[in-house]
Amino acid sequence: MRDHEIARLDRVTVETPNLRLLDSVSLTLHRGEIVAVVGPSGSGKTTLLRTLNYLTPITSGWIDVAGFRLVPGMSERRNARLLCRLRQSVGMVFQHFHLFPHLSILENLVEAPSRLRRLDPKRAQELAYEGLDRLGLLHVAHAYPRRLSGGEQQRVALLRALMMEPEVLLLDEPTSALDAGSMVQVCHLLQEFRSRGKAVLLVTHQAQLVTTLATRVAVLVGGRLVAEGKTEAMYPSGPGAPYLGTTTNAGE
Amino acid sequence: MLTQYNAGSALVRVVVLRTCFRLRIVLFVLCCWLAFLGRVCWAASSETPGALGDSSLARVLERGVLLWGGDLQGGEPYVFPDRENPHRLVGFEVEILDAIGRRLGVETRFVQNDWSTLLASLERGNFDVAVNGIEVTPARQAAYALTRPYASFRLSLLTHQALVRDYTSLAALRGRRVGVLANSLAHDLVRGEPEVHVVLYEGVDEPLTDVEVGRLDAVVTDDIIARRYLPRHPSVAEAAVLATGSYSMVVRREDQALHAALDRALSELEQGGELGQILERWEVAHPVENPQELPPPVTPSLPSQMGLFLRGAGVTLLISTLAMLLAVVGGFCLSLARQFGGRVLAAAAQLYVEVFRGTPVLLQLYVLYYGLAPLIAMDALTTAVVGLGMNYAAYEAELYRAGLQAVPRGQEEAALALGMPRWLALRRIVLPQAIRVALPGMANDFIALLKDSSIVSVITVVELTKQMTITAVDLRSWVLPGALCAALYLAMSVPLSRFAAWLERRLGAGQ
Repeated sequence: MRDHEIARLDRVTVETPNLRLLDSVSLTLHRGEIVAVVGPSGSGKTTLLRTLNYLTPITSGWIDVAGFRLVPGMSERRNARLLCRLRQSVGMVFQHFHLFPHLSILENLVEAPSRLRRLDPKRAQELAYEGLDRLGLLHVAHAYPRRLSGGEQQRVALLRALMMEPEVLLLDEPTSALDAGSMVQVCHLLQEFRSRGKAVLLVTHQAQLVTTLATRVAVLVGGRLVAEGKTEAMYPSGPGAPYLGTTTNAGE
Repeated sequence: MLTQYNAGSALVRVVVLRTCFRLRIVLFVLCCWLAFLGRVCWAASSETPGALGDSSLARVLERGVLLWGGDLQGGEPYVFPDRENPHRLVGFEVEILDAIGRRLGVETRFVQNDWSTLLASLERGNFDVAVNGIEVTPARQAAYALTRPYASFRLSLLTHQALVRDYTSLAALRGRRVGVLANSLAHDLVRGEPEVHVVLYEGVDEPLTDVEVGRLDAVVTDDIIARRYLPRHPSVAEAAVLATGSYSMVVRREDQALHAALDRALSELEQGGELGQILERWEVAHPVENPQELPPPVTPSLPSQMGLFLRGAGVTLLISTLAMLLAVVGGFCLSLARQFGGRVLAAAAQLYVEVFRGTPVLLQLYVLYYGLAPLIAMDALTTAVVGLGMNYAAYEAELYRAGLQAVPRGQEEAALALGMPRWLALRRIVLPQAIRVALPGMANDFIALLKDSSIVSVITVVELTKQMTITAVDLRSWVLPGALCAALYLAMSVPLSRFAAWLERRLGAGQ
């Protein structure tokens, strides 16, 4: 793996007994990049994200990510230590957030870093308050997730992933519930994250987000990577359907 | 949407609990009233035919059947199923009753009833006459109409062969554990002696087993029983005869006509020699008119009964609490084994749940206490805790499994995605949420266990319900002891359900 490369997928296939979710996808992610994965619903975008922290095991091919090599046939039990370390370096924000409902927002944020990063609980709380402040969420620190709006929950979920200081961030529809103002805050946060030499792989349906944030775009259709290129080349006329050389409405 | 639903359901639960509490009191009062009404109606209906005088004999003759109550458990040689044809009953009492039936011109039909509650069932009207080695005592003579004796017996003191020389009198049993049949003459005799630890049995063979395995120091029982069952227990022998007594047939006090007819028939049988033949065939002693050395009647005083009830409640609470602790720990291990244990452990856990949930807890207690006695002779209290605990563990396991499954898969994934090891994700993220789901069911189980623990009386533990039964038979009244017993159960279960509701509210903070 070359220095500026942080992740590489090589002919990655994911199959269930009667379905091929990903079909020989090869993709490289560099430090300082934000790559957007676009494509119609059911095209395998979320599966692609989940292979990178091995929540979805791969059937063939291999993945190098953040210094870890992922191959078919690894299991939660046998490869427990490797997978834990991998996931500490590769953060993920789920489409449905999955905040822990029995913990307050502050506890949601400090639970993992204080236990896994051996962070002093005081220090972890400081970091959490700092992050909440940046996203304008200080007032919810002691509330429980169910009291929060969808947009607030989504930002907390992003912050929870960032609290682990990962090398790579996997974002599944990270702005789906955000208003315009929060969207700007989140974009700033991600740009700053990228500028520290980290990388983001994000799945989205929002063309606006792609053109303002992504450095590169990958198009998935039916589990196959059908197009890939610089954002300017893929969206020559600004936000809208990406240019694929055909009339298919692949970007929805 | 979810937020509203959950807040709403918590509110509904609190309201429902309050309502339930009030409802329970109302229901209790209603039940007491209905029971009272039922009794009045019964008394009225049983007196209607032939309003003048006593219709008891006419009723039997009209029916053409004399119903007699007894207990087949440990029934040899009184009344027990024939070994060749278990549908047929044999025994000296069966033969005496048949002879009486022939004289009265009626059929006889046996009605099965636990020995210790025979007289209560007689009063209730389940049968016309109770005949099952019921000893003549002053207390019974005062309360019922007893026929002339039809056989006599000696109260034997049985003990381990090695101790036969030590236990020659009742006084020698002070500080010892002595087994008797509940509410028998032996029971009266032994509890009249201070410092003797009385252990109550429902059957006659079980105490002999307990002497053999060392859980009991001695047994006081009728020599007729001793003679029949001793050959099965070679290490047990008779050490002394404590008293002699007679058996009588017992009818309700008001059934004077039936009493007179039975008495007449018995005396004819005796004079005709038929009774003597039957008794000799079964090796039972002839009736004696004036049995000696009968113990003084036990007169239960209210304060001492209150103390016994509180003690019973204490035993109930102790057994239930310890058994629940065992069930929670066991159920937790079982549910984890089922969910995460791999194929072999999961199958073993499932088998455990099926076996313990699919068979009666009564059977499990018998097996644990008597079946395993030759291997491990646990004392009764330990057996009660272990037996109930193992049984309830099966239910708890299913409860926790349902709780674990109720936590969305996304919760574990989110924890794993942060880099948590699986056990940490389980402990910090999945379990706390699963417990919240399981908690109402756990409280429910604990309350159920509190009441189900009354079943351990079959292995000689005297807890609240058993104490109530003993007292009720002594006093010949079920209303006051029953109400006291119910009040004590409620005094334990109501605070428990309040506590569970409080715990639920506390754990549900923010949800």
